[in-house]
Amino acid sequence: MTEITSSLPPLIERPGPLGWMRRNLFSTWGNSLLSLASAAFLIWVLKGLLAWVFSAAEWGVILVNMRLIMVGQFPVALVWRIWAAMYFLAFLIGNTAGLRMQKTRRKGVIVGLLLSPVVFALFSFSLPARLAIAGLSLIALAGWWLGSRWPKAFRRPVLTGWIIYFPIFMLLVRGTAGEGSPMEIVTSNLWGGLLLTFMLTVVGIVFSFPLGVFLALGRRSQLPIVRWFSVGYIELVRGVPLITILFMAQLMLPLFLPQGVTIDRVIRAMVGITLFSAAYLAENVRGGLQAIPKGQFEAAHALGLSGFQSMFYIILPQALRLVIPILVGQFIALFKDTSLVAIVGLFDLLGIAKTVLAQPDFLGLQREVYAFISLIYWVLSYAMSYISQRLEVALGVGER
Amino acid sequence: MSQSEETIIKCVNVNKWYGNFHALKDVSMEVKKGEVIVIFGPSGSGKSTFIRCINRLEEHQKGDIIVDGIELSHDVRNIEKVRMETGMVFQQFNLFPHLTVMQNVTLAPIQVRKWDKAKAEEVAVQLLQRVGIPEQANKFPGQLSGGQQQRVAIARALAMQPKIMLFDEPTSALDPEMIKEVLDVMIELAKSGMTMLVVTHEMGFARAVANRMFFFDKGQIVESGTPQDIFKAPREDRTKLFLSQILSH
Repeated sequence: MTEITSSLPPLIERPGPLGWMRRNLFSTWGNSLLSLASAAFLIWVLKGLLAWVFSAAEWGVILVNMRLIMVGQFPVALVWRIWAAMYFLAFLIGNTAGLRMQKTRRKGVIVGLLLSPVVFALFSFSLPARLAIAGLSLIALAGWWLGSRWPKAFRRPVLTGWIIYFPIFMLLVRGTAGEGSPMEIVTSNLWGGLLLTFMLTVVGIVFSFPLGVFLALGRRSQLPIVRWFSVGYIELVRGVPLITILFMAQLMLPLFLPQGVTIDRVIRAMVGITLFSAAYLAENVRGGLQAIPKGQFEAAHALGLSGFQSMFYIILPQALRLVIPILVGQFIALFKDTSLVAIVGLFDLLGIAKTVLAQPDFLGLQREVYAFISLIYWVLSYAMSYISQRLEVALGVGER
Repeated sequence: MSQSEETIIKCVNVNKWYGNFHALKDVSMEVKKGEVIVIFGPSGSGKSTFIRCINRLEEHQKGDIIVDGIELSHDVRNIEKVRMETGMVFQQFNLFPHLTVMQNVTLAPIQVRKWDKAKAEEVAVQLLQRVGIPEQANKFPGQLSGGQQQRVAIARALAMQPKIMLFDEPTSALDPEMIKEVLDVMIELAKSGMTMLVVTHEMGFARAVANRMFFFDKGQIVESGTPQDIFKAPREDRTKLFLSQILSH
């Protein structure tokens, strides 16, 4: 036997960029040819894309219609309420980042992300609009600084902030008081653009989540009526496309309601999306519930926990943690599916895009408008995905 | 081992079927307060099923089980009362992986016994000391060894201050070097006067602290007696054969 002389692990060769290229891109003749061909293709595509973005495209259509794309027909005099909601959100995001990422070595990346609104302020908006946009960054940075400076003091308030954010947001958008006051009610037919898309998504997520969990529990219930109802509901809704549910809510529901009773069209769309999403969510949550070993139920029961306590403290926390990636995938799908409301005549991001393109001044600019709203969809979807990854790390998914 | 004359568990002609399989056949047993009972037998003999019937993790279909004066029936309130008085330790530990050791131990006292958090944690610290792992309170179960996990499971069961402790093969899933640390805790518990029903093949444990032993085979109690009777002079051939198999190596 040879004597062990060193207790250190063997050295790993770390090649430089040239070595890496030789090994991975040009190891054989065939690989070299493939690499060159791919590079040529990429350059061709990128060149065309960049040329279009920076010289051919007429982005004026976006700048002129920015307010329409963002908030639709929301009264100009009351747009400050949306800004207030945005500032609150910016503060919460900055503060949470400051609290959560104490030890990160990528402080620069976070500060850069928080500063990203400033880039938009460089475009040719009016001066107040530029200042308002830059204010977002300022408030986000202030939140970040406060959070990293006094993490203990902000831990609870920021959590409360997130919980009360949804009702406050709804209140600011909808308003409470009569005509003339600053909190004047803005009816939902004036909501539009990103604002409406956001409202539909948030309402869909917030209400379909608990409903889906209840349906999942119902499907596993020992009470036959509860179980049959859950199974029936889930299978019925899953068998129908979302668009037909939206059509039914918009066109057929009024036929069944007594004369004179009308339900807001936006609310009808929200209910449709929520009910649809809940059925899928229920099945995803059920998958998580089934992955929990029987021993967990037995241990909980043996300790004297009631059925509800076992579910609430032991089973659900574990099951939901398991399905975070699936749930986030579903929420992203829901976010994008809200664009179907454009077909039933609501002016969400896609609906607004259509109206913008119908203006005589902007005929033929489909590429610019659709590219821009795609970018908005992508940025927000990626943000959801990123947050879910952070959440998984924070909760130790796959480790505990 | 300081047993009194007071009966704490009384089972009369308990029967259970899984489908057509007759898992327990007229099992009767009386356990006095403070007694340590060891139940052993080949796999599939019904020994685990039997002790799981005592806290109603399994439902018996015929016969009576009376625990601490409470009869186990379909009445949910009775089942909850019995479960509050009996602690259980499982072969696979069954700790709650998303909770820390401290939360594992304090959850039931806070939720079921309605203690305040401070009191529950005080008791938990004492129990973790008793099972020899006070320094692990803030870790998660996945960060502990098997032996440590099983000791947490014992502390968790004891935190409810049960009158009876049920052990379902507590050392069968452990690596050999960890069995002793768990058995030591169980021996200490037995000597403190706890009523214990232990399904195990650890005959050293049985010799050290058991008052009586029950040999199960094919859903029946084949033989019972003190450890001396069973080890020195087993009456039944099946007992002899089984003992020779597990003691041979």
